Amino acid sequence: MFTQYIFHFLSILALFSAVMVLASKKPIHSVLFLTLTFFAIAGHYVLLNAQFLAVVHVIVYAGAIMVLFLFTVMLLNLNKDERSPKPMWVNIIAFVAGGMLMLTLVGIFREYDVKLIQDPLTTQIGLVKNLGKILYHDYLVPFELSSVLFLTAMVGAVLLGKKEQI
Amino acid sequence: MIRYIIYKTILSSFILVLSLVVAMYSTLIERKVAGWFQDRHGPNRTGPWGLLQPFADGAKLFFKEEFMPISADKFLYILGPSLTMFIALLTSAVIPWGPDLSIHGVASPLQVADVNIGILYIFAILSIGVYGIMIGGWASNNKYALLGAVRASSQMISYELAMSLSIITIVMMTGSLSMREIVAQQQGFHWNIFFQPLGFLIFLICAFAETNRSPFDLPECETELVGGYHTEYSSMKLGFYLFAEYINMFISGAVMATLFLGGYHFPGLDKLGLSPNVFAFVSFMVLFTKITFFGFIYMWIRWTLPRFRYDQLMKLGWKNLIPLAILNVVITGIVILLNQ
Amino acid sequence: MKSLTNRSRVVSNKQMNFWERIYFPAILNGMRITFGHLFRKKTTVQYPEVKREYSDIYRGKHVLKRDEEGRERCTACGLCAVACPAEAITMVAAERKPGEEHLYREEKYAIVYEINMLRCIFCGDCEEACPKEAIFLTPELVKSEYSRDKFTYGKDELVEPLDPAKRIDVSKRQTAEVLEFKKNKKYKHNK
Repeated sequence: MFTQYIFHFLSILALFSAVMVLASKKPIHSVLFLTLTFFAIAGHYVLLNAQFLAVVHVIVYAGAIMVLFLFTVMLLNLNKDERSPKPMWVNIIAFVAGGMLMLTLVGIFREYDVKLIQDPLTTQIGLVKNLGKILYHDYLVPFELSSVLFLTAMVGAVLLGKKEQI
Repeated sequence: MIRYIIYKTILSSFILVLSLVVAMYSTLIERKVAGWFQDRHGPNRTGPWGLLQPFADGAKLFFKEEFMPISADKFLYILGPSLTMFIALLTSAVIPWGPDLSIHGVASPLQVADVNIGILYIFAILSIGVYGIMIGGWASNNKYALLGAVRASSQMISYELAMSLSIITIVMMTGSLSMREIVAQQQGFHWNIFFQPLGFLIFLICAFAETNRSPFDLPECETELVGGYHTEYSSMKLGFYLFAEYINMFISGAVMATLFLGGYHFPGLDKLGLSPNVFAFVSFMVLFTKITFFGFIYMWIRWTLPRFRYDQLMKLGWKNLIPLAILNVVITGIVILLNQ
Repeated sequence: MKSLTNRSRVVSNKQMNFWERIYFPAILNGMRITFGHLFRKKTTVQYPEVKREYSDIYRGKHVLKRDEEGRERCTACGLCAVACPAEAITMVAAERKPGEEHLYREEKYAIVYEINMLRCIFCGDCEEACPKEAIFLTPELVKSEYSRDKFTYGKDELVEPLDPAKRIDVSKRQTAEVLEFKKNKKYKHNK
């Protein structure tokens, strides 16, 4: 009962801030609303008993990526509305494309048979131990491959940073 | 259930009040220690030994004129310091302050929340700690404040990496992410600092950088940036920023004591045969002493070392500490593998 | 150039060795030094409780002395005003009326005598110039005020009180040698 209220609160918060990302005038506000969305989603993870995912979500998205976004937006100083008005046909195309995406999503969810997990609180998959076991037993190869990918990205970033000196 | 809620409420409010009082008196002790290091007495006029100085400072900050730059983003300007304070107080939830109390025969842990991912929780809080400073610095609409905010955030992001890497070795040794479990494994004199001296050193340096303390206090560096991110702040909003720094100091001292100095454990203490509640109290005092020790080290360093230059800071973080931390992880991994 | 002390060191830009480059020995040394200062004697003088000892001939606020019978010694000759390098002293002379002999020692006296304490540099030249031993500097300090014009001290603040118990002792300044020196008319400023 209690968790249901929290769920509703978090969902409303997530949706509201997601809308506000698009609606707010200042780019900084958009970024901060996006952060709020991430926090709401992290809250959903906690409700699903996936604390590890929730915390990692906060660390990675709210703590690192959004800070970098904020950083860039702050330094660019996009406050003044200097964007040139877009031509009409761009707006029409954007509207049509967005509408089609929405139709597709609605179609998918209508057809998709949502299997209800009977009691989500008893599922312990989200806990660190179980998650670790699954990652290192069942999904070892994709996990290692993705870490290699990350390593490559890191080396690439260092290389890009050092480019001037080479 | 109701009993549980009441107990947790009392405990968390106790810890809240404790952090606030400790932070208040840290400001006095900081000035006292600074005085002693410089052959002075430090504040000693307000009350005996200056003990009422924090109240005088607080009252002064409360009654100062509230000032807001006309071009500031009103909402974010207020959000900045409140967020900083809020985040600073969040961390204390997962720190185990002592062994279980026994209230009417029921073992009640001296920890607000025994999350099974305690360490990650601390990192999550640390990583969002940047927001308060960034928002405040940006919302002031002042170039010094913005520069301070940018410095603060890049510094905190850079040092977070080395900090997490130095913690990973602890997690590898303990095999758990729960703070309670980590403390339990350091019982007696099996403190992690003896197994991880390098990790401790890296963590200590990163903790200085994360709390924006000297020698890494570039975000508020007076000589270059007036006041850094809080240039435009006055009254209690400024007080919140300054206060949050001391709370962060206290909490990071607690984290360091918990992770590396055996938390509330002291060799031989559990063999004295004290009753559970007395034992819990004594253990809590042991932890508190360790935290005070770290607080003193913070101040000692501050009044000894000059400030780093910005490029030196970045170089130290990225080129020295992170490789060292990775090396530490590799060595620990090899040692653990060989011991199996 | 030959150095005055042997404490100076030649700056060199030599490459630091490994131990110097990791800074830790230097940092620990610095911390050792600051820790040593914890136990040093504190240099602070805790003012209202402890007062630093003043010299007997400290040059503070001025006093206009009276003689043994309580008569003002000053005759408004103006030598102090001439001697004053900061031009802080002004005075207006007046003639003594009959019946005022118990107030003023000579026929001429200063009806107005003002010292601007903001201008005064407390050099003591007025004391030295005075041929009548009328003006002296005392170890007392000039008090702080909220407005500038309060710093112009008139006769009400400068003249020594009549009450013998409140007389200001200047015997430490007015030693026998000083009196002897002042008697000697061959020195230029004693004429």
